[in-house]
Amino acid sequence: MIHLDHIRKSYRKRDHEVVAFQTQALTISKGEYVAIVGPSGSGKTTFLSLLGGMLSPDTGRVWIDGKSLYDVSISERTQRRREMIGFVFQTFNLVPYLTALENVQVPLYLAGVPREEQRERATELLRQVGLADRLDHKPCELSTGQQQRVALARTLANNPRIILADEPTGNLDPTSREMVLTLFDQFIQEGRTIVMVTHDPGAAARSRRQLRLVNGEIQDSSSPSLAASEAA
Amino acid sequence: MNLRNLIWRELRERPSAMFTSTLAILLGVAALVAIRHITVFSEREVGGQLESLGANILVLPLETTLQDYYSADLSSRTLPESHVATILMENLPGVERLSPRLCVVTQVANRDVTLTGILPQSEFQTKAIWQSVSLFSNKHEGCTKPAATGPKSYDGSPEALASARTIDQLEGNQIVIGADVAEFSNLKSGQSTTLYGEMFQVLAVLPRTGTIDDTRVFAHLHTVQRLTNAGEVVNAIEVMGCCKDAAGDLVPNLAKLLPDAKVVTISQVVSTQVGVNRLMGQMSVFVFAILVVVGGASVASTISANVRERRREVGTLMALGATPGLIMRMFLLKAWALGTVGAILGSLLGLIVAVVLGSQWAGVTVTPLPSLIAIAVGSALLVTTVAAFWPARTAAQLDPCLCFQDI
Repeated sequence: MIHLDHIRKSYRKRDHEVVAFQTQALTISKGEYVAIVGPSGSGKTTFLSLLGGMLSPDTGRVWIDGKSLYDVSISERTQRRREMIGFVFQTFNLVPYLTALENVQVPLYLAGVPREEQRERATELLRQVGLADRLDHKPCELSTGQQQRVALARTLANNPRIILADEPTGNLDPTSREMVLTLFDQFIQEGRTIVMVTHDPGAAARSRRQLRLVNGEIQDSSSPSLAASEAA
Repeated sequence: MNLRNLIWRELRERPSAMFTSTLAILLGVAALVAIRHITVFSEREVGGQLESLGANILVLPLETTLQDYYSADLSSRTLPESHVATILMENLPGVERLSPRLCVVTQVANRDVTLTGILPQSEFQTKAIWQSVSLFSNKHEGCTKPAATGPKSYDGSPEALASARTIDQLEGNQIVIGADVAEFSNLKSGQSTTLYGEMFQVLAVLPRTGTIDDTRVFAHLHTVQRLTNAGEVVNAIEVMGCCKDAAGDLVPNLAKLLPDAKVVTISQVVSTQVGVNRLMGQMSVFVFAILVVVGGASVASTISANVRERRREVGTLMALGATPGLIMRMFLLKAWALGTVGAILGSLLGLIVAVVLGSQWAGVTVTPLPSLIAIAVGSALLVTTVAAFWPARTAAQLDPCLCFQDI
């Protein structure tokens, strides 16, 4: 489903080239639950950005469902991102001046869904994550766990097949963390693909495949314990 | 949820940040609307006054101090009446009518009045010296009015003297009296009275003008010259000029023609008001420049700060599927919202100021000028758009990867 072919992404810093990410070939199958672990600065965020169609590689191609993500126009790439990919952020990235309901409505609006339908679907999604009674609360009126659940509802708004998560449990208390990971398990059962960057060994252990990133290069690992020890 | 909703919610959440730029636009538009309204109506008022005065140019003795148009001929200084012929003989472009005047103080019903000798237009035709030349020039320059031959036909009624400053027919034993004179002397049209021991018939009573003309008694110029033994002299010659000639070369031409006389235009008589209008016109240009510079800079600064504050939000919206075009529209529409609110409130404030101060300061009644308000609002929106364009473009070009960064 997702295939990275001879990808290389580098930055120039004071006349020195720093390789942020590179791989000869990497395939992530449909329905896979992949955890990306590695030290800070190892290229995890660059990897997510490349997968999300937000950072074009210097060389190589990113294929999703057999189509090259960066060989299309910006508007077409934006449309594919909107339809296929959902993001989960460590700091939730909720729009602070919108209510929980409105935050979930944003991707639906961007996808051109009519207002009434936006409202119905956003309400249903918030009910699914246990926030039916917090529809009109703004992010500052919600706990961190509740904010992440609103963010998860927003991620699911356009029913994405791929979920890219950046440290989704990094700012959560144990109860909220467990709730988020349970929802991720549920997403996998629904047939979605999850690529999750994490420093949390427990969260990485819930995945079915771990990829360790070191100095921008992927080291495939099937052992959750190895990944956990690296992260620690 | 839609774009308008997104913008409105953000504006409502942080109104104070937008207050300064809205205020700058509001004050700029208010000042522009107020000054232009007062200027336009003041110019109309002056134009109306000039129209009612009829005469464009006064020829006065050189030493005369000019205070007021209506009393310009009350000086004891005199000019030779032959100057009238000189002007006619020169056949200057733009001269339509001439009205030489000689004033003396006399008494009617035991009260002082100004006896003003005027020359009826019929005299210009009968004077042999003037019959040999084309009496009034047809060489109009820059004039949109059709030229006609000879003295033009005006309202021939004696009452028209009040506004037209000339009269077609006036016999040697006839007088035309001002409204105040008629009131205190109980004289009516057709009645007679005595001046300098001679009987005069009242040809007409002039409508009230609110000027010194209300206390005048008009008689034939040559009768007044004879009664006062003044000789063939006048105190002033009013020249009714035509169109642009009067404001152009006619005054310098007359001054050159009559070096022993002072030639002034009505605009000099009402120079204070004309000067104020000119000043206000220039002020409105200055205020417009302030609107452009201060309002534009304020909007640019506000939107730039807003883009900086919302970088991660913009990145997140892009990650969720917002196109760069939508991000640009989001910031431009926000700027337009500020511009529209500032422009509408500024127009209202400007109108209120113009209505109140217009009557108090300039003595004019101001009513809304939709075209002027539309120009002010349009200008404000244009300034806002130009000022917000670069920050909005910067926002549209932000790296969506910012959504992953902790800003």
